[in-house]
Amino acid sequence: MTYLDFEKPIQELDQELEKLKGVAEKSKVDMSAAIHELEEKIKEKRVEIFSNLTAWQRVQVSRHPERPYTLAYIESVSGGSFIELHGDRTVGDDKAMVGGFGEIDGQTVMFIGQQKGINTKMRQIRRFGMANPEGYRKALRLMKLAEKFNKPIVTFIDTPGAYPGLEAEERGQGEAIARNLLEMSQLKVPVICIIIGEGASGGALGIGIGDKVLMLENTWYSVISPESCSSILWRSWNFKEKAAEALKLTAEDMSKNGLVDGIIKEPLGGAHQNPQEIFATVKAEILKYLAELKKISPEKRVEQRIEKFSNMGVVHELD
Amino acid sequence: MGWFRRLKEGITTSTKEKKETPEGLWYKCPSCKKIHTAQDHANNKYVCSECGYHERIGSTAYFEILFDDNQFTELHENLVSGDPLEFEDTKKYTDRLTDSIRKSGLKDALRSAYGKVHGEDLVICCMDFGFIGGSMGSVVGEKISRAIDFCLKTNTPLLIISKSGGARMMEAAFSLMQMAKTSAKLSLLAQAKIPYISLCTDPTTGGVTASYAMLGDLNISEPGALIGFAGPRVVKETIGKDLPKGFQTAEFVLEHGFLDKIVNRTELKDKMGKLLKMFKH
Ligand SMILES: [Zn+2]
Repeated sequence: MTYLDFEKPIQELDQELEKLKGVAEKSKVDMSAAIHELEEKIKEKRVEIFSNLTAWQRVQVSRHPERPYTLAYIESVSGGSFIELHGDRTVGDDKAMVGGFGEIDGQTVMFIGQQKGINTKMRQIRRFGMANPEGYRKALRLMKLAEKFNKPIVTFIDTPGAYPGLEAEERGQGEAIARNLLEMSQLKVPVICIIIGEGASGGALGIGIGDKVLMLENTWYSVISPESCSSILWRSWNFKEKAAEALKLTAEDMSKNGLVDGIIKEPLGGAHQNPQEIFATVKAEILKYLAELKKISPEKRVEQRIEKFSNMGVVHELD
Repeated sequence: MGWFRRLKEGITTSTKEKKETPEGLWYKCPSCKKIHTAQDHANNKYVCSECGYHERIGSTAYFEILFDDNQFTELHENLVSGDPLEFEDTKKYTDRLTDSIRKSGLKDALRSAYGKVHGEDLVICCMDFGFIGGSMGSVVGEKISRAIDFCLKTNTPLLIISKSGGARMMEAAFSLMQMAKTSAKLSLLAQAKIPYISLCTDPTTGGVTASYAMLGDLNISEPGALIGFAGPRVVKETIGKDLPKGFQTAEFVLEHGFLDKIVNRTELKDKMGKLLKMFKH
């Protein structure tokens, strides 16, 4: 278990608990009452800490190394029926973006998402979830495939940004994302987008134009990471906490500002504390919104989707 | 996101100042160092007649270069930015806006107008780098969105002249969503089969590149313009070595297949007129 800096009090209690359990084991003395008491205390501590998270602390939770990534959600939500599909049919297969068909309660869904690596080797291969243009073009190919056969689309967003590499620029990173924004706004099938970790900038938005855009409780979504924002606006890396506050990037703020459609509650302590629970919650949310969206005609859905994004922004008209 | 670094530069070369340059003053080309009279330089569309260097200009100059007899009607000119996030870094966003409005004589980083180009109707949305680095916030998005509504209603082609450091950080996710908003509205223009031409000028980067700047039926550019998604400094950090010569220039982007054409500013109006006629007839 990896503890974040602000989880130190929990870590200390956890260590105490381990010690107590060890003593109980060794001495064969019944300490269940004491153990139970300590467990309750840990839970209370966790509630206390997690009900008062700062924006920066949420960013930390969103990047927790044990947090489930896209493929784990897809595997669970589709009950293992997922068939991964590869390639953009032009340049290659980007491992930072995954996608394919899966079943959810008997209906076929196209699942797409950025995928971070689960170990050192895979983190390299998957470029930490930073897709190249091929990744966005693969995503679009799969979305068009879904549209052709009238299957709804669910995207999982978890990226520190689109990959800022030399070849990404050569192959038109900007064009690839732009194309997705335009094409996704016209998709005739229901589109649900769920931010499960980091939602950084155009790299996140590139698979984020949905009828419903939902954020898990401990995720962030903004135009830039707090670190980069700090370095540009404060000209120092030391203002990331301040930048995180200023950007209003939490699920709560994004929802309040009408920039996302809902928040999905996470297990106490974050999604990684109980993956099965968050998978079940996410599955239930997908089913709920799919049922809702299917009642609307394709034309109306597209109209409403475009209307929703068109209404975003705050301007004043001078007299 | 390089706009901050360029902010000062942008302001000191704003078109407002240039317009007020009295005759007889001189312009020294930063590229070849040749000295021109300000009048000659303006007559040559702010392109160095010696080496072809395109000086950065703003909406006032572009409207004058493109619209017949400089006749045009400005659209939605009274839109100004709100501050929904009450954003404050080393400075309050509202103060930054007030300062930019005062210094640039503009209300935000984009102006829209309709008029005629060689007799052809055209709506032009033109970005101004002199306003917070041409950054894209709610006003830029809303003005493009409303300009597209106008194009749809009047069946008029659209030209967007991009010149931007990318998203406006002080509007955070509101700024990000302008990418979604403008792209979604452009899809309506595409469905109505109304031509949209994107002109990328120096610099076109970040969220602007990843939305309307790359979505033209035709993507054209001025020579030498910096066009890219990630800033050169960020790419350099990623690859850990120096960037190849000419990386992210218009010529590089054309070579890689993302531009239809590079057009010299001195020929821009004629090319636009011809293209608009070809779309029509
Ligand atoms: Zn010159």
